[in-house]
Amino acid sequence: MKLHEYQSKELLRERGLNVGPSAVATSADQAREVAEQLAADGAKRFAVKAQVHAGGRGKGGGIKLAETPEQAGELAGAMLGTALITPQAGPEGVVVRQVLIEAGADIAAELYVGLTIDRTARCPVVIASAEGGVEIEEVAEHSPEAIFKEPCVPGWGLRPFQATRLAYRLGLDGRVARAVAAAILKLARAYDDLDASLAEINPLVIGPDGEVTVLDAKIVLDDNALFRHADLAELRDRSEEEPLELEASEHSLSYVALDGTVGCMVNGAGLAMGTMDEISNAGGFPANFLDVGGGASVERVASAFRILMKGAQVKAVLINIFGGIVRCDRVAKGVIEALETIDVNVPVVVRLQGTNAEEGREILRASDLEFIVAETLQDAAQKAVAAAAGQSP
Amino acid sequence: MSILIDADTRVLVQGITGAEGSFHSRQCIEYGTRIVAGVTPGKGGTRFDDSVPVYDSVIDAVRETEAEISLVFVPPPFAPDAVMEAADAGLRLVICITEGIPTLDMVDVVGYCNGRGTRLIGPNCPGVISPGKSKVGIMPAFVHQEGRVGVISRSGTLTYEAVDQLTRAGLGQSTCIGIGGDPVIGTTFKDCLELFAEDEQTEAVVMIGEIGGSGEEEAAEFIAADYPLPVVSFIAGQTAPPGKRMGHAGAIIAGGKGTAAEKMKALLDAGADVVDSPSELGAKTLEVLSR
Repeated sequence: MKLHEYQSKELLRERGLNVGPSAVATSADQAREVAEQLAADGAKRFAVKAQVHAGGRGKGGGIKLAETPEQAGELAGAMLGTALITPQAGPEGVVVRQVLIEAGADIAAELYVGLTIDRTARCPVVIASAEGGVEIEEVAEHSPEAIFKEPCVPGWGLRPFQATRLAYRLGLDGRVARAVAAAILKLARAYDDLDASLAEINPLVIGPDGEVTVLDAKIVLDDNALFRHADLAELRDRSEEEPLELEASEHSLSYVALDGTVGCMVNGAGLAMGTMDEISNAGGFPANFLDVGGGASVERVASAFRILMKGAQVKAVLINIFGGIVRCDRVAKGVIEALETIDVNVPVVVRLQGTNAEEGREILRASDLEFIVAETLQDAAQKAVAAAAGQSP
Repeated sequence: MSILIDADTRVLVQGITGAEGSFHSRQCIEYGTRIVAGVTPGKGGTRFDDSVPVYDSVIDAVRETEAEISLVFVPPPFAPDAVMEAADAGLRLVICITEGIPTLDMVDVVGYCNGRGTRLIGPNCPGVISPGKSKVGIMPAFVHQEGRVGVISRSGTLTYEAVDQLTRAGLGQSTCIGIGGDPVIGTTFKDCLELFAEDEQTEAVVMIGEIGGSGEEEAAEFIAADYPLPVVSFIAGQTAPPGKRMGHAGAIIAGGKGTAAEKMKALLDAGADVVDSPSELGAKTLEVLSR
């Protein structure tokens, strides 16, 4: 689950990190008022930052600097309600609903500090670089020697000497090195405490007087751990999510919208990806990823169908079920029940394999509904692609 | 021989009285797996289906029944502790089926198991089967057939699909291992390749990977260093977009890394036979074995 910058900063502030003064605004007036308050507390410049989940917002014009509270209000007004097109948001962009108004910082140096899971080492790893303010992937690309790492050893976590070692490797010393090491340790504790899968401060800013401040922060939480963080689960911003993906998640279905024309419904994530690949091999492209789960019950098949059919470009549907513990005859009945309640006006290709597959196919053939029945995965993909292209089987 | 489990392996099931645990334990017993004990705290002294003794703790079960390995069906909040309990009792192998365990819990669990010499398979996996000998997992038994192909996979149903193709092509399997779809897992592709290399029954390996992480690349490095068996591989998610989790917690292209294309190239360069389509796995394995 992705958090906004302002939410991430609040969580870090609560955990002892030095985060500059800022507040969220949802209108131009409110933005100006926030800036006026910051000015009263001594701020001389202001940053207006779009609060959206898509990365690369700076490149898309989602971060602007203002000299006066009035200007901050105007910039916020221009940003709010408009679609921000960032490298990661796709061509339609994302609508800005909130902005963060922040006191402008004096910057002597910018660092990158982040934690993520090192899947090979099988533990969290701290990543640090003296090249803050740019994406870490870019640094990794052009100057991998500028990136330093320390593992959080299972059962022990990040030890203070590791944080200190990182600070010195970044070329810092004295009071600043100590402050940066302390910030790294606090970030590592926050990562653990929040059950995060990603926590990054980019940049961590060193001011002219050596003060260390969090200027931008991004936290992604582990969905699987939300059951023990009811307070964090409430931070979910549903307005940032793709509507169909959101609807699917409410039915505990795993759905990802894609831009092809063949809608697919498959049991199991790996087979669902394999089915998408097979569609592409057959010359088409999938409209979505959809895993109905190993069980594929009638209710799940029905809700999956409803969500699937809402995909605007769906020209044909491919149902691929490998019956293991779940019996194909029951899945077939589920498909028929679902189709009796939902208006499906595109060809439906069904491929059932595994337990009671033949009985399942027989049930489909015997029904009043029209199905294109396929035997192998390849056959199914080819039939679905042809159907989506308007060719009769 | 097979790897990890054989006809004599004595298995205990943690969570044997739960809905999932009881259903699949019966299926395993029906297959011939020697399920010698169950563990559900609070139900010690009872019997599962009037036959398998249930204990309150793993250590009691091991003392009484000489169980060697454990199959875990405990729900996510409690599964990490269950795996650690099994490792503490000295079991050589723990197979954890549970999906949805927090990643940071698995970091601690894997560290704990490594420190005690316990091999963990999973979590979020279908388990292990050595066809004709023993099934310790949730896979549909009927698609399998005893034979000479080893199978390693991060997924469930896609593996059944591949195994079904192998069986139809007349190729049985030595052992099929689901290593799990989570970011942090106990046993990797490389670990399984090592085990198959030493198994006399196994003559080829089918390896089914997917987007996310670098387990396939690490396996490729190992294959490149004179791996003795032919490897046929498919990587799922060639059409998956970056930054989106594709069902499995570990199936995500993050920061441009972990794409199917990278993995396929690494495996090809290492000398593996890589197929573009999952439909070709059976035929390609048959071809590789007749070379």
